[in-house]
Amino acid sequence: MVRLPYSTALTTLFSYGLLFAFGQLRDLFRKIIDWFKSSSEDLKGYAPICLGLEDFYTRRLYLRIQDCFCRPIASAPDAWFDVVERYSEDSNKTLHRTSKTSKCLNLGSYNYLGFAAADEYCTPRVIESLKKYSPSTCSIRVDGGTTDLHTELEELVARFVGKPAAVTFGMGYATNSSIIPALIGKGGLIISDSLNHNSIVNGARGSGAAIRVFQHNNVAHLEKVLREQIAEGQPRTHRPWKKIIIIVEGIYSMEGELCPLAEVIAVCKKYKAYIYLDEAHSIGAVGKSGKGVCELLGVDPADVDIMMGTFTKSFGSCGGYIAASKEVVQYLKDTCPAHVYATSMSPPAVQQVISSLKVILGEDGSSRGSQKLAQIRENSNFFRCELKKMGFEVLGDNDSPIMPIMLYNPAKIPAFSRECLKQNVAVVMVAFPASPLLLARTRICISAAHSREDLLKGLEVISKVGDLVGIKYFPTEPPKHETKVYKVE
Amino acid sequence: MAAAVISMTTAALDWVSVVFDAPLARAVVFGVHIDGHLVVEVLLIAVILFQLTRKSYKPPKKPLTEKEIDDLCEEWVPESLHPPITEEMKVEPPTLESAAGPHTVIDGKKVVNFASANYLGLIGNDKIIDSCVASLEKYGVGSCGPRGFYGTIDVHLDCETRIAKFMGTPDSILYSYGISTIFSVIPAFCKKGDIIVADEGVHWGVQNGLYLSRSTVVYFKHNDMTSLEGTLEKLTRGNRQAEKIRRYIVVEALYQNSGQVAPLNEIMRLKEKYRFRVILEESHSFGVLGNTGRGLAEHYGVSIEKIDIITAGMGNALATDGGFCIGSARVVDHQRLSSSGYVFSASLPPYLASAAVAAVNYLEDNPTVLTTLRSNVSLLWKGLSDIPGLTIASDPSSPLVFLKLKKSTSSSKCDLELLNKIAEKALREDSVFVVSTKRSVLDKCHLPVGIRLFVSAGHTVSDIKKVSDSLRRVAALVLAEHI
Repeated sequence: MVRLPYSTALTTLFSYGLLFAFGQLRDLFRKIIDWFKSSSEDLKGYAPICLGLEDFYTRRLYLRIQDCFCRPIASAPDAWFDVVERYSEDSNKTLHRTSKTSKCLNLGSYNYLGFAAADEYCTPRVIESLKKYSPSTCSIRVDGGTTDLHTELEELVARFVGKPAAVTFGMGYATNSSIIPALIGKGGLIISDSLNHNSIVNGARGSGAAIRVFQHNNVAHLEKVLREQIAEGQPRTHRPWKKIIIIVEGIYSMEGELCPLAEVIAVCKKYKAYIYLDEAHSIGAVGKSGKGVCELLGVDPADVDIMMGTFTKSFGSCGGYIAASKEVVQYLKDTCPAHVYATSMSPPAVQQVISSLKVILGEDGSSRGSQKLAQIRENSNFFRCELKKMGFEVLGDNDSPIMPIMLYNPAKIPAFSRECLKQNVAVVMVAFPASPLLLARTRICISAAHSREDLLKGLEVISKVGDLVGIKYFPTEPPKHETKVYKVE
Repeated sequence: MAAAVISMTTAALDWVSVVFDAPLARAVVFGVHIDGHLVVEVLLIAVILFQLTRKSYKPPKKPLTEKEIDDLCEEWVPESLHPPITEEMKVEPPTLESAAGPHTVIDGKKVVNFASANYLGLIGNDKIIDSCVASLEKYGVGSCGPRGFYGTIDVHLDCETRIAKFMGTPDSILYSYGISTIFSVIPAFCKKGDIIVADEGVHWGVQNGLYLSRSTVVYFKHNDMTSLEGTLEKLTRGNRQAEKIRRYIVVEALYQNSGQVAPLNEIMRLKEKYRFRVILEESHSFGVLGNTGRGLAEHYGVSIEKIDIITAGMGNALATDGGFCIGSARVVDHQRLSSSGYVFSASLPPYLASAAVAAVNYLEDNPTVLTTLRSNVSLLWKGLSDIPGLTIASDPSSPLVFLKLKKSTSSSKCDLELLNKIAEKALREDSVFVVSTKRSVLDKCHLPVGIRLFVSAGHTVSDIKKVSDSLRRVAALVLAEHI
């Protein structure tokens, strides 16, 4: 729960108001100047490709702080990486690359188990499969794009997650966008959490079903919405709904919170709705053996109808999967557009997932998997605890490797980012439209590749910059003298 | 007598007026002389006001009680999550055991592969594999983040510059998956209220993009320019608002569903006449059409700046994955913040971006590979020209050769069964891998189904002879009863 101090809300609103006013003033001057200059003949008769107000935010707000986003890197996104330096000659309107890089601590990439860089077990096998199968099959899965690697991966994923069958796709975003229309259509109802990811929203819109939203993580509200909707039926005709699917995520990427899965499943069972769980950030990162939110919260995977996940975050590859019962997977293989029309997943990427899954399961003959899992849990809990002690407002639950630190004021976004970069720590800023307008934040992603020294350096820099920028909204705890033991379950 | 009546009535009237006037006869309130009839009027007004304030009778609205809602929830039975599984759904595609090049291994047997869109024969190319290996060792496999959050690796920027330089545009933007390119680009530019004129044979990615954009979509007959002109005329005639609304024509350069090539010169003429913008989907024509493989614009000699937006997936000629979009600088910049498939998704794995750069370099250094491809296509046309029961429905310059039934059965389901039998027999008996059209239930395209062959520059003359002989034999067998 975000607790926004009253004075901060006022100053944030004032800042945005000022920015908006200046932006409008500049637009006015731009219009006057353009009126004097004649427009080119080619575009006469065509409506402009971007109407005035649509990209107001881009032109007047985002461009000022453009150097905090899209920073290019010149090495693997490991615990430490090389950030390419950029300069601008026209106050951030265009940025130019230089060939200089600076080595920074990476607190922004989704590299939960440390598979991002070259790994001693995975990389040789990936290179072997690259030489055997080439970077691409140039074909869709149902034509000639299914290799034995793909079949092996699907069996392995199904076994790992605990479901009877699975199907994999080349991109996580496309998985959500094309599975949801295949499962539900006009006459169905989708009830989704208010903070669901854009891919789920796109998939829900593309399906043609009715969409209702329930308050984030509020199971009582979910039950209320369900009861109302079942009683009322479809809008205007009041026919009963064909089916109802409830979509939740394992860990929400902008809040770092877990979803109350056990209660949600209880509600779904009571009202006979289907549940779709998106584990993009939680698979491989939480749970004793990395099996995700179900393992962490003690839920039986058989109770969740459809489990979706991606391979980008914890497995250091690309793509997504769906795990469900055999019949559902068979039906999806026949209908889902991402399976029937899209190029199959690149074979080296498939091999990377297979190898990293084997490491996590311990089937490579070493205990690196369980070490990584213990390391990320310990790292996350230590970091979050220390940040809270320093007085920052940190969101998210324990055990979750994502921790957003609230900033609120728009001016603190570039200040925090640039000051951290000067001290060689790379952080990620989240502003509108990825988060609500008043609730700008910086998001830290912890990895198993971070060592204790890395974390301490990160904490030191964040504390210094936090003092400079003024985001320690809560009183600091005085340092205790006994060492705390972090429970690892 | 009359005088008596008159006197009686006047006396009565006098009495009435006295009664009325009596109490207030000489009353003066606030300087206003009160008359008796004012009392009646005031009483009437009071009665009217009283009636107006009464609520009109409505039958009481009873909301559902908790128990009734419970009963409704108990009674409701949802449909199953999936429809009944038919036999066709259980069929698995053949599994490859080696790279999907011109020759591949299925079930331990070597087969000639006409099912991969490997037009330039780049699968198995050593230079590309070497650049990928270097990339893997330096960057690992995945990029672990979206483009905005440290997922931009210098190879992505190099790839974008290289493609822009190759095509002659100011900039390009890279997407992480081929099919997501078009369904992210269209909603970024087309919003509710815009008008889009699209070909009815576009593939599912384009259809999904059109649906997500929430604009008004009008389809015209597949590759028929008269139908396009008629539709454009109808939409703009007498419509004064048309000038202020954004209008687009969406076509594919080489249609996946039929192998036809869009006549770009005609489309440009119509576009300039009716003031529409063009979005061109070049997944299967990039690297294939044109003297140096620069796509449909080069094929027709149209300058690249005239086409507003071009998108292409790189999973075909370039033998890698992902997609890109090119256009003017404004077009490309706009997508970096408002295209959902770019902003909210992890970026392309760096080794695939290096593969793309290597493939474009190869194409630029070896334009003769296109001559080989074209001669292979014409050889295949000669070989397939006399197959009983099947006719070639694609364009002569298209490496995606599309065979459809000469005489179609009543339903496309039965057509598909026959074609599947042909493809399966060809694989099992002659070790030739061809594929039939695959349609999803969600696809709105109703073009006829057929058998597709993807010709590659890596195929030899004997491969092409083998596939023509095999199809001739198998089609004669399977379609014998049907012709």
